[in-house]
Amino acid sequence: MDNTIATTHAEAGHEEHEHIVLPQHRHHFETEEQQREAGSFGMWLFLLTEIMFFGGLFFAYLLYRNWYYPAFAVASNQLNVPEGAVNTAILITSGFFMALGVWAAEVRKKNVLVLMLVLTTLFGVAFLGVKADEYHEKYEKHHIPGPNFSTAMFTNPAAYGIQEQPLAPDMAQHTEIFFFLYFAMTGMHAVHMIIGIGILFWLTWRAHRGEFSAGYVAPIENFGLYWHFVDIVWLFLFPLLYLINRHLPK
Amino acid sequence: MGISPVLWQFLVKWLHNSALFPAEASTIAPYTDALYFFLIAMTVVGMFLVVVLVFVFSLKYRREKSPVATQVEGSTLLEATWTIIPLAIFLVTFVWGALLYFRIYDPPANAMNIYVVGKQWMWKAEHPGGQHEINALHVPAGRPVQLTMISQDVFHSFSIPDFRVKREVIPGRYTTVWFQATTPGSYHIFCTQYCGTQHSMMIGEVTVLTPEDYDKWTKQSTSGMSLAQNGERLFASMGCNACHSGTAAARGPSLAGVYGSRLTLANGGQVLVNDAYLRDAILNPSQHVTAGFAPIMPTYQGQISEDGLIDLVEFIKNMQSNYRVQQTQMTGETDQAAPTTPGEGTTETVKP
Amino acid sequence: MSAPISNTIVNLPDQSTATIPKRNYINNEHGLLSWLLTGDHKRIAMLYLISITFFFFIGGAFAGLIRLELLTPQPDLVSSDTYNKFFTMHGIIMIFLFLVPSVPATLGNFFIPIMIGAKDLAFPKINLLSWYLYMIGGTLTLTALVLGGVDTGWTFTTPLSTHYLNTHVITAATAIFIAGFSSIFTGLNFIVTIHRMRAPGMTWFRMPLFCWSNYAASVLMVLGTPVLAIALVLVALERLVGIGVFDPTKGGDPLLFQHLFWFYSHPAVYIMILPGMGVISEVISTFSRKRVFGYTAVAFSSVAIALFGFFVWAHHMFIMGVSNYSALVFSLLTMLVAVPSAIKIFNWAFTLQKGSITFETPMLYAFGFMGLFTIGGLTGVFLGSLGMDIHLTETYFIVAHFHFVMVGGMLMAFLAGIHFWWPKMTGRMYPESLSKLAAVITFIGFNLTFLPQFILGYLGMPRRYHAYPPEFQVLNVLSTAGATVLGVGYMLPLLYLGWSLKYGAIAGNNPWQATGLEWQIQSPPLTENFVTIPIVDYEAYDYEWLEKKQREEVTTVG
Repeated sequence: MDNTIATTHAEAGHEEHEHIVLPQHRHHFETEEQQREAGSFGMWLFLLTEIMFFGGLFFAYLLYRNWYYPAFAVASNQLNVPEGAVNTAILITSGFFMALGVWAAEVRKKNVLVLMLVLTTLFGVAFLGVKADEYHEKYEKHHIPGPNFSTAMFTNPAAYGIQEQPLAPDMAQHTEIFFFLYFAMTGMHAVHMIIGIGILFWLTWRAHRGEFSAGYVAPIENFGLYWHFVDIVWLFLFPLLYLINRHLPK
Repeated sequence: MGISPVLWQFLVKWLHNSALFPAEASTIAPYTDALYFFLIAMTVVGMFLVVVLVFVFSLKYRREKSPVATQVEGSTLLEATWTIIPLAIFLVTFVWGALLYFRIYDPPANAMNIYVVGKQWMWKAEHPGGQHEINALHVPAGRPVQLTMISQDVFHSFSIPDFRVKREVIPGRYTTVWFQATTPGSYHIFCTQYCGTQHSMMIGEVTVLTPEDYDKWTKQSTSGMSLAQNGERLFASMGCNACHSGTAAARGPSLAGVYGSRLTLANGGQVLVNDAYLRDAILNPSQHVTAGFAPIMPTYQGQISEDGLIDLVEFIKNMQSNYRVQQTQMTGETDQAAPTTPGEGTTETVKP
Repeated sequence: MSAPISNTIVNLPDQSTATIPKRNYINNEHGLLSWLLTGDHKRIAMLYLISITFFFFIGGAFAGLIRLELLTPQPDLVSSDTYNKFFTMHGIIMIFLFLVPSVPATLGNFFIPIMIGAKDLAFPKINLLSWYLYMIGGTLTLTALVLGGVDTGWTFTTPLSTHYLNTHVITAATAIFIAGFSSIFTGLNFIVTIHRMRAPGMTWFRMPLFCWSNYAASVLMVLGTPVLAIALVLVALERLVGIGVFDPTKGGDPLLFQHLFWFYSHPAVYIMILPGMGVISEVISTFSRKRVFGYTAVAFSSVAIALFGFFVWAHHMFIMGVSNYSALVFSLLTMLVAVPSAIKIFNWAFTLQKGSITFETPMLYAFGFMGLFTIGGLTGVFLGSLGMDIHLTETYFIVAHFHFVMVGGMLMAFLAGIHFWWPKMTGRMYPESLSKLAAVITFIGFNLTFLPQFILGYLGMPRRYHAYPPEFQVLNVLSTAGATVLGVGYMLPLLYLGWSLKYGAIAGNNPWQATGLEWQIQSPPLTENFVTIPIVDYEAYDYEWLEKKQREEVTTVG
């Protein structure tokens, strides 16, 4: 598929309105509007599939949190709420910059668009950096599921200076499931962010070349949808993993 | 059922002898077969209807006879008919099937219990009297038998086609099925859930004996110790009697007569103490703390096999008093502290 | 035509002067890369056709090996592990690499844009990506096979697949994961195309029913497949890391996997059958020269099947220890989902009434579909009925049931569609007598193979069994004999369709005198499908409009 304007429009007299033909117009669409609407619809549908994809993990989380409430409560206490909150702020800010970028593309301000895309990328990378630090902390505490996982902090919290009731060994075992779901859900989220950042690099380069400041805004808009979706997933993950029920009732 | 019993017997026997139909060897089998014949009739009628319609229309409206088609828009009446009638038939099937399901999975109160443990790739049947069978099951005719089953590894499924019963046998919790055999004889047992290499070798035979023959068999095949006696041995060797001694100051609740009772847990909930509860409480004690007691019981996950668990469950089921518990305790060390990790502090940690 | 009315509606151009149109999508560009990097939905459809045929015969070879082993009650042909790999690979290949993409990716890709008057699908590049994902998934599956195979069963039941097998489970799971995305993107493409790219005047209710069926299947693909993806990811992680999400000794629940797996795999069967039903609507209408009886009912039935199909998954788990109450709910819903399929069968049957019927090969396959799908669907009601399911589940009754709906139903519909649209896709007619023979052979072979399996199922023979008690042998031998006949029936189309590419009669635009936009353009079509986008002012299956058009049409020269 090349980008040249193809002359397959209807010939004699069936055009009802003047339609602008952009260089990026795909010949199988009749109008620019149709192409844009199809692209947007396609992205919304794709996000729907992503909801179903994450949904399986959310379901598993809800199930096990219900079954092993004490283990999940005590384990979630080990998550770093300040870092998580900072990450939430970072991600919301990057979403704000993305929205500004979409606006910039629509009003054809190329430099603002490029700046916004760069800022979005920067904040996205910052998010991943904080996440990496959190993961590293888990590694040091032996909370990464697998052969090195240790429930010592949960069976004997006093020895680690943690103000929490100790868990019985069998219940403590289930904290491994909490951490598995933590890594699976935030990891899956991080994978989506990494892919998004990759696309951001590509879009920034194309924006710099002026591809999006002459009326063709669909890729920016649609990527904005994707980025906001990734943001929203985090807004569900953060409270569910970090904030709710962090202590056992006394 | 609307069909004379004589005709029914004749039909079933004829089908069975042509190797096209399994024997009806349990009380539930005729019920299953009745539903089956209804469904076959429904299918035959449905097929017949569709085939006749297609045939007749094809013949009558073939191009040579009907060169021009008449465009028919549709008929709400017909649409309604072939929506409502199939729906009605399917709903009848639903109700009938549901009733049959509850018949098959709700055991009568007086059913005798046999434990079945499935593992790759064999069935182990354990009778309460201590008879152990591998890939075989001896049962008396005319008495309801309940099977309490669990897997030691992967999903299996215990099936006796001639009884029309089948139930998945899963790791982690008990599943049950019951039947009442009618006719002495030998019938197939199959594992019907794919479980690995020798799935098709995980088969056996259920032998239905007359009550007298069954009595004879139980006397001949016991290993000496009943399941409950084995359980009593384990109860002592694993240190359970240290806390569950039944004395007033005991650290754990008395287990005499607890089976079948309603228990109030520490978190306020009420629970019926059945086989599944007992097994779970041994493996995940922190979620099953009795009200008024501290959550100090260690888990025995990994310390005890499913057979051992069955022995313990049988023992607790039949425990009416703590006399023997205290007796066995006196012959061991009575001042030992309750172990906080399994195995610590007991004299032996022999897995049965 | 002269006085005696012929028994066929085939209307070919004069063969002495007819040629394939000079410019068409096949000869528009040349070279391998022009095919491998194409965005043309028709070329992508042909790429899919070649690849799924390839995988079909590999899956079929495994079926042959299975039936060969089951000739005798003893496990004497291959070892048990090998046999377990046979049925696993047969299932994985046939379901994920053949049945799921069969009609949507070939006929759907080719004809949905044309049927709605568009020049291509909404996202041609994503369409090509779908094919590449399919090929990668297929190649990975073959890799797993060559490396030693997988023996989990296509259902990947845990904890067997996570803890008790050391075959190439992760490779196979990854392959299916990737192929799943192929399916998701195809469905996404179809939904956006049908919503946004219909020609002027092509309202929802003027679309051919083929589009409705594929639309419903696409909704299922888009919503259901991601859940399979996550279930497979969890299995892979469980194998790699061993965290215990499905391991009861660590507090996990193997039943969780069952719920996640069947949440997709039940809608999957509707993903497989709905496009086939769409084909049947087109074929029955064309060969009775009549609008499908109750168009609206059939259209809404497709949507109803898709909707209800999401709420019945636990009927695969009735005996696994789900609660009695959930068993009741799922059984009831299963009965409800059976109704729209029954409606369709009757609607098709009554389309025949007052029609003008001919019996070309596609129609024969369609009749075969109606009979066999009725049996298959009704035996599904057996299985949805709780008490009956206890005896029948996990036996050969299930095997017979799903082969009736999938092979007797879906595969027959696929062959009906291939024969029906072959002239349009290639410009050539297939040989009619030989194809009729193949259809009859297939029908006979199919019944001989699978009817005995219902009996075996009631007798209690379990599925996935390498060896069986000797009293089941006669029925198994019948089944294997049928499989041989069936194999012949499937080989024949491969041969004569290939032959027809060079030697078949030139088909012309509309050999079946069918309605539908695809029949108003040349065969094979232009790359851009339409020179001018049509304006649609007539209903679907409007044979009166067609007749008027044919009367007023000037016969073109050359």
